Amino acid sequence: MIKPDVYHSLGLSDEEYKNILRILKREPTPTELAMFSVEWSEHCGYLCSRKWLKLLPKTGKYKTLIGEDSGGIIIDDLAIVFKMESHNHPSQVEPKQGAATGVGGIIRDIFTAGARPIALLDSLRFGPLSQAYNRYLLAGVVDGIQFYGNCVGVPTVGGEIYFDESYSGNCLVNAMCIGIAKKNELSQARAFGIGNSIMYVGSSTGRDGIGGCSILASNEFKEGEEKRPTVQIGDPFTEKCLIEATLEAINTGYVVGIKDMGAAGLTCCTSEMASAGNSGMDVEIQAVPRREENMEPWEVMMSESQERMLVCVKNGKERQVREIFLKWGLNASVIGHVTDDGLVTIRDNGKVVASIKAHSLTKAPIYDMPSAKPKRLKELNKLRLGRIPKPADYNEVLLKLLRAPSIANKAWVYEQYDHMVQTNTVVLPGSDAAVIRLKGTNKAIAATTDCNSRYCFLNPYRGAEIAVAEAARNLVCSGGRPAAVTDCLNFGNPEKPESFWYFKNCVEGIRDACKSFKVAVVSGNVSFYNESPKSAINPTPAIGMIGILNDANKACSQNFKQDGDVIILLGRCGEELGASEYLKEIHHLTRGDAPKLDLKLEKAVQDTTLEAIEKGLVNSAHDCSEGGLAVALAECCISNEANMVGAVINNLNYDIREDALLFGESQSRIILSCNSRSVKEIDKIAKRNKAPYRIIGLTGGIEFRILSGKKELINLRLENLSKEWRGSLPAK
Amino acid sequence: MKFGVVVFPGSNCDQDCFYVVKDVLKKPVKYVWHKDANLSGLDCVILPGGFSYGDYLRTGAVARFSPVMKHIADFAGKGGTVIGICNGFQILLEAGLLPGVMLRNRGLHFICKHVYVKTDNNRTRFTSLCNAGQILKIPIAHNEGNYYIDPAGLEELRDNEQVVFRYCSARGEISDRYNPNGALDNIAGIINKKGNVLGIMPHPERSSEDSLGSRDGHLIFKSMVNWLETKRL
Amino acid sequence: MIVEIYIALKKGVADPQGLTVKHALESLGYKDLADVRMGKLVVIKLNYKDKKRAEREVNEMCKKLLSNPIIEDYRFKLSGE
Repeated sequence: MIKPDVYHSLGLSDEEYKNILRILKREPTPTELAMFSVEWSEHCGYLCSRKWLKLLPKTGKYKTLIGEDSGGIIIDDLAIVFKMESHNHPSQVEPKQGAATGVGGIIRDIFTAGARPIALLDSLRFGPLSQAYNRYLLAGVVDGIQFYGNCVGVPTVGGEIYFDESYSGNCLVNAMCIGIAKKNELSQARAFGIGNSIMYVGSSTGRDGIGGCSILASNEFKEGEEKRPTVQIGDPFTEKCLIEATLEAINTGYVVGIKDMGAAGLTCCTSEMASAGNSGMDVEIQAVPRREENMEPWEVMMSESQERMLVCVKNGKERQVREIFLKWGLNASVIGHVTDDGLVTIRDNGKVVASIKAHSLTKAPIYDMPSAKPKRLKELNKLRLGRIPKPADYNEVLLKLLRAPSIANKAWVYEQYDHMVQTNTVVLPGSDAAVIRLKGTNKAIAATTDCNSRYCFLNPYRGAEIAVAEAARNLVCSGGRPAAVTDCLNFGNPEKPESFWYFKNCVEGIRDACKSFKVAVVSGNVSFYNESPKSAINPTPAIGMIGILNDANKACSQNFKQDGDVIILLGRCGEELGASEYLKEIHHLTRGDAPKLDLKLEKAVQDTTLEAIEKGLVNSAHDCSEGGLAVALAECCISNEANMVGAVINNLNYDIREDALLFGESQSRIILSCNSRSVKEIDKIAKRNKAPYRIIGLTGGIEFRILSGKKELINLRLENLSKEWRGSLPAK
Repeated sequence: MKFGVVVFPGSNCDQDCFYVVKDVLKKPVKYVWHKDANLSGLDCVILPGGFSYGDYLRTGAVARFSPVMKHIADFAGKGGTVIGICNGFQILLEAGLLPGVMLRNRGLHFICKHVYVKTDNNRTRFTSLCNAGQILKIPIAHNEGNYYIDPAGLEELRDNEQVVFRYCSARGEISDRYNPNGALDNIAGIINKKGNVLGIMPHPERSSEDSLGSRDGHLIFKSMVNWLETKRL
Repeated sequence: MIVEIYIALKKGVADPQGLTVKHALESLGYKDLADVRMGKLVVIKLNYKDKKRAEREVNEMCKKLLSNPIIEDYRFKLSGE
């Protein structure tokens, strides 16, 4: 007789347990109970989120592929497969291994689809660096990403890092991987065909992360809590061998289906591969290669040991597939076969320890969670500009913003990542979006991750819309046409109506913005329960977006290239200071509303930029984001350390507060620089697209100056700006 | 003329080197699996960068026991052209085909960025197309590139003009400021006494096309091709 | 007084480094290896001779900084005057 406290401690409710009894028509064995508990956990089963995720568009202007574990788009005869996934809780406990195994997991999701991983990006959030533990987390996470990504030979080309008090006690580590394959060489995470073999490949199984998936992912952190036994160790060398062996094996045509053993390990793989293939599976777990002695059947089924996969192999071709894995020094054992009874049958030395309908494991209950707008938001959204004192010295403000860790140059981070291996990175990290060429074609991919979580906290719907719009804008600035999205939705406890309200509104914002850009959401991940004892994190729907450049040679970067170029501002500057980095850093306020977003205006600005870049009229393009116009212009001047180019901005003529003009974060603005000969043509393109267009100054000199009328608001030497912007991040 | 690119488990620049030889230099090339014993027909062997065996014990320490290494030693002994890039350089050091060792970067971090190196010796088969003292912009990407050798060894390297590349500024100034990893005497690349084996930490295969920000690495490959071709003439 | 501190991954935690070295040794002909685990050795010279204090402080050092208690165990040996 299984007592309630047992299934409760596995995260199953009374209702869910009754449901299990109804499905089995008997009491579950311990192994079965464990299997249900992980498959029906929020982490694997998406109980709270599934209803809302269905809203996201699955089609867009490019043909989409939605697979079991990842998704992508088709460009000519190529499939571009990508996905972003969180590894927040493991990273908070052990930052190096947590981040490393996060990178490893997302790479496996890509190459099990048959695609060669070609790029990684990381969207990271930490608490303020004034606290020692946050500095430890930043250093550890960066170390984990470099340790894994560099060794495995996939370039880490981009991402973002933000710092905010709400992440103290719950950092976010979201890793994204992009892969490519010939479109007819993709594989699926399915098992079918009676008599086909089920083969286990990769590292041996130990007691790593047992219960990690349900316990680590569905409990809030309590300070000082012991999480020891569930930490997993990453092994990038084995992963590199797995990539080569897997792609070689898929290439033989003998692989029917293949899936990474990620969260919930063998349980997840057996049930989901059988369910997706509408078949059953009979597995003998004594055949599973093990690292530790005396493991219970349920421990083998729950283990989250890294760098393992399950492969469905054509009957009679086991030897050929096995030899490929052995050549790369990897385990490969047949542990079972496909059946037609729809059951996942697990045996231990022949004795059945679990026998469950695959579909019933994978059809986790769907919950309709209550939601409520937080009461304090109404008050927080109020911002009386009249009460915000105007700074006396804008130079000081600009320098302070450039020093702010969220804005400061991130070279200390990305120079620790191998961002050039595979020799495709044509726009290196540090620009709006990285650009990766596709060898054998003229094309290239631009990739970025974006999310301003302060906007989402103050206005989740618009904040999420802006995350999509900004991602698209970043791609456009690099010359890429926005093509498709993956999302990683990080929120607090969904059982709290206020947290769930944030989730719901963000999903709706993503949906509407994606529809407006005609881009599909091809893959994604939800991470709930991101809370520390103090509070939930800011809602953080990280958007990973890829874009397509038809001509890799047209790739554009953000820095001014030479003296004497004309500086053009596309878009409008409004008197908007709400939710800005300026308010937070200078006035210590997180208030007001997120900036307005007009998707028509956004499109006009982006279309103008793209056309100008594609016609070769533009020397640089950079979007205005955190820190506003002044920070964006400063970055244009100094981001190429070897060739800094000054600027004089003397034609802004906006009738708004000076601090709003300089540091306000109005959306849909892009700064272009071009040769004076190209001005007329760009003007024409802007008019045709109905994009607001203004020449605001000229590049040149060794200073960065902004004048408003005769008044000089900013005048700083480039080396001075560069020193502040570059000096702030190494984490001490 | 034929190139071979050695593949160790954990090599990750093998495909990049292969690509440069095949698609940029347009010369014949094949992969050599680390257990293969057959180098016949090859004129040049490339040991690529990466993390052979994860670099889990010491960089290059396990790879140097791979069966292919004995054959590479024979090949080099007979005057065959061998270039080890990054991890390939580290393997050549462990195997004793080049003198010295690699320590961890002095900043204790992996570093990936473009650096400048000065061609200290352009009278080699790897640098014959470079001008004397030519400055090349080539990226580095390593954790252990802090070259070390004892004082007697360093003197010997200098006496024999075995130091081929040294880290420098964009204008060629060689000083500690432009030393990314703490390498002794800013050493970035050396050859053996016979002059047929080069070890280099920067990655010429990552700087052989304009679209990657520099074509300077191409000079090294081109020099090798040139040498191999004229030798044949 | 000298203290030698040995830090290694906990029993049961995967040790890819150790495993790789094991395979390398096996390929060199040393076939009779049950397991290889890798770790770190930290040697500290103390300025004082109070053994009790040394044990207390070294324990603290290990827990606070030298080892990662989530995945690593440590042990140490005091010696000398």
